[in-house]
Amino acid sequence: MTPQESAGGRVLPVVRAPDPVLSRPGALVDPTATEIVQLAADLVATMRVSPGCVGLAAPQVGISAKVFCVDVSAHPKTRGHHGTFVLCNAEVISATRNEKAREGCMSVPDLTGDVKRASRLVVRGFEPGSGAEVVLEAEAFEARALQHEIDHCDGLLFLDRVAGAHALHARKTYL
Amino acid sequence: MPLLAITVLGHDRPGIIAETTGVLAQLGLNIEDSTMTLLRGHFAMMLVTDGASDAGTVEESLAGLTADGSLSVSVREIPTESVSSRGSAYLLSVHGGDRPGIVSAVVAEVAKVSGNITDLTTRLAGDLYVLIAEVDLPGSADVAGLQRALEGVAGELGVGVTLRPLESDDL
Ligand SMILES: [Zn+2]
Repeated sequence: MTPQESAGGRVLPVVRAPDPVLSRPGALVDPTATEIVQLAADLVATMRVSPGCVGLAAPQVGISAKVFCVDVSAHPKTRGHHGTFVLCNAEVISATRNEKAREGCMSVPDLTGDVKRASRLVVRGFEPGSGAEVVLEAEAFEARALQHEIDHCDGLLFLDRVAGAHALHARKTYL
Repeated sequence: MPLLAITVLGHDRPGIIAETTGVLAQLGLNIEDSTMTLLRGHFAMMLVTDGASDAGTVEESLAGLTADGSLSVSVREIPTESVSSRGSAYLLSVHGGDRPGIVSAVVAEVAKVSGNITDLTTRLAGDLYVLIAEVDLPGSADVAGLQRALEGVAGELGVGVTLRPLESDDL
């Protein structure tokens, strides 16, 4: 979707774990439905106002649906990227070349975790509005962001994927 | 001389590890395995050392750490254990709203199938409670059965649980 299409987006409150909506698999959606187009715009608007946010999935704004947005273009870890986009009903087609890196999440603000993710990824999804099928090849940080958001749509957090008992870290001090 | 198990616990400040390991080096002790973390901001370290000093001597030599009362140190002799991994390694992840009894209820299911927890971290962050455990399950263990039992317990506690094989990429 283009930035013009996201212009009508509203900034929604982001829910935090342990809110059960984050652990529920999201419903498949009709990407052409008006409310899904609105949701897509809302996700982009909410991502835009959140510092450092490179992706946001519908369950994070309390809506159990398979819709997310990603934009890694401004992130220092980014190599190649596709700018801002929203996908509905996305699924991973192929995932190769695992790399481990530390991940955080707006819905788990106090913890980070080392998570192994594919650094070469092919994803299929549908554009909100047109409903057109999109097959997207991503690598490196964008691939990581996509897997993180697709996990959200499946009711999974990075906490379900950390690499080991010593791979979970407190982000803040306790003082 | 037997191995020594040394624990250092208490108020965190820079330099605790340097002081501790400096004393151990002077005594000619080799640090075999060690782990250190902050638990709710408190310093917590455990080491196993090998060398020609007895527990009493080491504890006396570490007295400088405990002098102001901010740290406690204990040293005890332990036998050599044969390190053997039995069965298959799994990673257990539990997260949800904080409530009493999450850890005990979950690990009880692991114990029922003779699973051995080899590493465990729990964190409380706001209302969110997270448990990550590495578990060795014996070859005879009914993994699918354990999965169901864990899901049952997790459902009662209102938390989510995942159990998956712990893979290592050999490069
Ligand atoms: Zn997230």
